[in-house]
Amino acid sequence: MSVAPALLVQNLSVEFRTRSGVVKALESVSFTVAKGETLAIVGESGSGKSVTAYAVMGILDPAGHVTGGTAMLGGLDLLSASNAAMSEVRGREIAMIFQNPRAALNPIRSVGRQIADVLIRHGNVPRKEAPERAVEMLRAVGIPDPSRRAKAYPFEMSGGMCQRVMIAIAIAAKPSMLIADEPTTGLDVTTQAVIMDLISELSSGTGMATIFITHDLALAAQRADRIAVMHAGHVIECAATRELFERPRHPYTAELIAATPDRAANLDELASIPGALPDLRRTDLPPCRYSERCPRKMTECDQPLPRSPAVAAHMVACWNPLR
Amino acid sequence: MTVLLDVAELSKRFPVGRAVGPIERLRRRLRGGGPVHLPHVHAVDDVSFVIGKGETVGLVGESGCGKSTLVRAITRLIDPTEGSIKLGMRELSLVPSRRFARDADRARIQMVFQDAGESINPRFTSFDAIADPLRRLKKLRGKALRAKVEQAAQQCGLPAELLGRFPHQLSGGQRARVGIARAVAVEPDLLVLDEPTAALDVSVQVVILQLLQRLKEQLGISYLFVSHDLSVVRLLCDRVIVMYLGKIVEVGPAREVFEHPLHPYTQALVAAVPSSDISGVERLRLLGEPMSPIDPDPNVCRFYGRCPRGVDQCKGAMPVLRRFGNREAACHFTGEKEGL
Repeated sequence: MSVAPALLVQNLSVEFRTRSGVVKALESVSFTVAKGETLAIVGESGSGKSVTAYAVMGILDPAGHVTGGTAMLGGLDLLSASNAAMSEVRGREIAMIFQNPRAALNPIRSVGRQIADVLIRHGNVPRKEAPERAVEMLRAVGIPDPSRRAKAYPFEMSGGMCQRVMIAIAIAAKPSMLIADEPTTGLDVTTQAVIMDLISELSSGTGMATIFITHDLALAAQRADRIAVMHAGHVIECAATRELFERPRHPYTAELIAATPDRAANLDELASIPGALPDLRRTDLPPCRYSERCPRKMTECDQPLPRSPAVAAHMVACWNPLR
Repeated sequence: MTVLLDVAELSKRFPVGRAVGPIERLRRRLRGGGPVHLPHVHAVDDVSFVIGKGETVGLVGESGCGKSTLVRAITRLIDPTEGSIKLGMRELSLVPSRRFARDADRARIQMVFQDAGESINPRFTSFDAIADPLRRLKKLRGKALRAKVEQAAQQCGLPAELLGRFPHQLSGGQRARVGIARAVAVEPDLLVLDEPTAALDVSVQVVILQLLQRLKEQLGISYLFVSHDLSVVRLLCDRVIVMYLGKIVEVGPAREVFEHPLHPYTQALVAAVPSSDISGVERLRLLGEPMSPIDPDPNVCRFYGRCPRGVDQCKGAMPVLRRFGNREAACHFTGEKEGL
């Protein structure tokens, strides 16, 4: 990909210091997102998808510590930037949509006011014009009767509507990078399709780069240009969507595709993945965190993982990849 | 096919708004007004279907369409407003839900709830969770109870050493197994599954679906499988019922319904299912929100306003379920194009 990367994450490592031990949640996570591109991060729960997003946004839980790596957005390293610099960047340059919109919105402020707040803080909009612009934003995300809806509170709106409001808040200051963390989990499939259409329209219209976090491989296949697969805090494979589905190289990716029910003709065709994620508090974690579940394990697998650079066309972290 | 459950013209309406107190009622009566009419949510409206012995029926529809209310009425957790629910020869809708908890037929209809982590008592070990319905409904004690619990656990692939654990000490898949073991332990005829795999990762989901399939073959239980994941319904179910705002809009064999949906709502639903088969993305989108379920006009099709077709006829007459071969659909225009 020759387009300049909007975000370049290299060797990001995060650990959580908890009472029951240090959880090595991310280890050497690297990926890149180009301008106007949609990258999907997929993986099972506990694989580190959301932690990646939170680390990049600088909103990790107090127990979480970035122990290494860089995340370059333009000329700024988001991981080492000061709090003051980050609060300028967040909302203006990089914005996030959260899972469960109803919980992420302020319940005691009208939605129009919440959008206006962002416009005043990050969008260089004069205080007086903000309410009017907020209504425009609501119209832009397809909310019918926006001037009346601007006065509504989150509890008065459906889940799909609240997610539209979240999107309006996220894109209010025209960020160059949008992170959507499971934006449609908990919504109906019909609503999901409409919300995903909206996100892709907005990003293709403005050249905004999008990171789209999901556990739904089929949805990622339909919506993303490239897919990064995570397992136990590692990015184990990253490739263009079609390439990844036609020629998965990491055994875990192949098993994940085989377990996705949308294309199977009957239940027996679906294959389960034996084993579970390793406990990330262990001190004796093997270099390849999949090796204990892997049917293709060899003696080399105890060596540190081979790593292709984050910009490689088809990155795979495996000693014995398929084909 | 022997019919196990026969649901006929079932409706459930919930009053909304403030209840009118005795003084207000008296005042209105003195003024000579008629009885007070409260607005009602028509959660389930005139629904009829059957489930055969050993059959798996899928129930799909978006949130708020009345799936859960229908399920709660069938499992007799709430009383329907009108209509009948027949299990074999027995009419269940006449038994008040409070009494049904101790009814002899309680064991015949069991339910697996959505998130086993939320629905199992956190202070019960797996053993107690599975043993509780056996104690209450089958009056088992001591050795017989232990043997039955262990048998159910073994059927559901739950290792015996996990029986002493509490829900928070189990993984998501293991909890789902406890939820299923608890339900099948009392040997029900009908198992109602409310999104049993929604909280699970794909790798675990497969195992649980295959377990359900195996249990059905071994024990001959009928399933009513509620889900919004159409790709799962397609794999597990023989027949599927599609609901929209309290009404059944389409019924038919699962494969046929998903390959050639008849009702415009089903068509939109199927088109919205994400698929990793990226060759062709159909773009049929439902815009807007469903109409209000509070006292809807009985002569307007519930889908009117969101339906891509939507003509005058649709707001003049409510379409009824019509039969097309082995399938049924409730739309004025179904069958036109297909030449059925």
